[in-house]
Amino acid sequence: MTSFAPSSAATPPGTPAAGSQHPELAPLTNIDVERIRNDFPVLHQTVNGHPLTYLDSGATSQNPISVMEAEQEYYEQRNAAVHRGAHTLAVEATEGFEAAREKVAAFVGAQTDEIVWTSNATEAINLLAYSFSNASLGLGGPAARRFSLGAGDEIVVTEMEHHANLIPWQQLALRTGATLRFIPVRDDGTLDLLAAANIVGPHTRLLAFTHGSNVTGTLNPVAELVALARKVGALVVLDACQTVPHLPVDVAALDVDFAMFSGHKMLGPTGIGVLYGKTDLLADMPPFLTGGSMITTVNMQTAEFLAPPQRFEAGTQRISQAIALAAAVDYLRETGMDRVAAWEAQLGQRLVAGLAEIPGVRLLGPGLGVERLGLAAVDVAGVHAHDVGQFLDDAGIAVRVGHHCAQPLHRRLGVTASTRASTYLYNTTDEVDLFLATLAEVAPFFGVSTGVRR
Amino acid sequence: MSDLQQLYQTIILEHSKARNGAVDLTPLAEAVALGAASGLRVAESHQINTTCGDEVTLRVSLGAGASAETDGADSAGGAETAANAIVADLVWAGEGCSISQASASILTDTLRGLSVTESRALLDNFREMLRSRGKIEPDEEILGDAAAFGGVSRYPARVKCAMLPWVAFEAALIEAESR
Repeated sequence: MTSFAPSSAATPPGTPAAGSQHPELAPLTNIDVERIRNDFPVLHQTVNGHPLTYLDSGATSQNPISVMEAEQEYYEQRNAAVHRGAHTLAVEATEGFEAAREKVAAFVGAQTDEIVWTSNATEAINLLAYSFSNASLGLGGPAARRFSLGAGDEIVVTEMEHHANLIPWQQLALRTGATLRFIPVRDDGTLDLLAAANIVGPHTRLLAFTHGSNVTGTLNPVAELVALARKVGALVVLDACQTVPHLPVDVAALDVDFAMFSGHKMLGPTGIGVLYGKTDLLADMPPFLTGGSMITTVNMQTAEFLAPPQRFEAGTQRISQAIALAAAVDYLRETGMDRVAAWEAQLGQRLVAGLAEIPGVRLLGPGLGVERLGLAAVDVAGVHAHDVGQFLDDAGIAVRVGHHCAQPLHRRLGVTASTRASTYLYNTTDEVDLFLATLAEVAPFFGVSTGVRR
Repeated sequence: MSDLQQLYQTIILEHSKARNGAVDLTPLAEAVALGAASGLRVAESHQINTTCGDEVTLRVSLGAGASAETDGADSAGGAETAANAIVADLVWAGEGCSISQASASILTDTLRGLSVTESRALLDNFREMLRSRGKIEPDEEILGDAAAFGGVSRYPARVKCAMLPWVAFEAALIEAESR
């Protein structure tokens, strides 16, 4: 265990919310990162004869030992259905499950009851879309009318959305007769905010956008977009999948109505996602999934529902995953999200600086000096992304290739696919350099002339 | 040769750039009408690899086989001629990785001029080899240049790339036969 590795220490009540600051700790260095790496067994392996260089955390992150231990400990000691039964194990499981909710809530600056567990972030967005859909059918009574949509209403997204924050809204529009509009992306990969000011208008009921792009690494101006939505009384949905794991995020300070993120991108297990919703909004929303554990009184024709968050958590819950996610949150907050963010900002700048030196490589999105996440997606002239990925994999380097679930953004930027390297707190500057050096060998291997250095 | 060089053999890289048979496809209806006028049955199939977005549209023109002539009937040959029909022409359009592009190029060179029966046998052999995870050595006698994809079978994630145009060929063939 390193000085950053969390033990089972519980978060004391009243711990400052999101963005746990560690002014007493110096910024992360490669030496610290080497120590952090000791907590991640999966990183210590050989792939195709080379040490694994894992640069695909934007897709899924790796788990520290403490997270795996938390999950195992739960199954060894406390496994039981939560919120049911009065036996000791059931009580302990419920306590662990609810303590995890409290911890995750504090991590992002939310109230505990504002956190709804889902299976992943995609399900969280679908939960909203189907709840609004149900409201549009009249379910949830007069209180839910604020979520009802119909012809003439507009849902606004952006051109840079992950499919998960696009297709559920397309489908909601189809079900309700509402119109889907989008804020376009400019050539440099950033949002066209001038256009946004015209698109978000009196008919806008909902504005959904990503906090940080999983392709370009761009961070969107949340305050500006929230202000546009507030002016017209639209609800704001923030896809925080690429930011909660990497930056201090305070949903209350950002003043968004809803936000979502996934456990497996923030050192946690798969199968757990988080929906944040403001208390008064969740309270008025009709449920999406229905069944056991979300009801009060049930008759043969009707049922009454529990208050949030239980109203949205039908069926047996993802208990071990929630508890393991809390261990991941411990790990992150003990390391310090401000330090994680600073380290990754450094890696991100190192990536784009190095990429600019490789002939025939085009970076998607803003270049050096612009604030970004610790990721970069590129197009290698004359070589398809799949071939680039194969070449890198042969050198033990794991990256994402393809459209990264963002086809419209790729189309907008004039490519069908790209190669993305994404970092996390366990990546060293040497790994970034190795990626850059190996990427530079791609065009020669495939016999592509890169011509004049650009 | 390293595994990577096995995968990306020179012949594959060359074909991925040469893209034999790649054209700007004319509208299908036009091609079908034009083909019919000269006794060809034309059909095409569009295939997408959903993992990476690679796509290919492959167009097949089936001509009557040698024994069809003895049939005497001009267009009523139907079932009789089907087995002896010839893959008279193959063209395609698409984009994707070097494996899928080279595969379409080599497919065009390999199958053009074969009988439908021969082309199906070759397709089956190719598929079996690709799905063998490196266990079946490609038979150059049968596969010709397509044997170069032997290295791909060790990379399960890339088998789809190599198969994409062949799956399109298979579907287009069935469609052409029904015309």
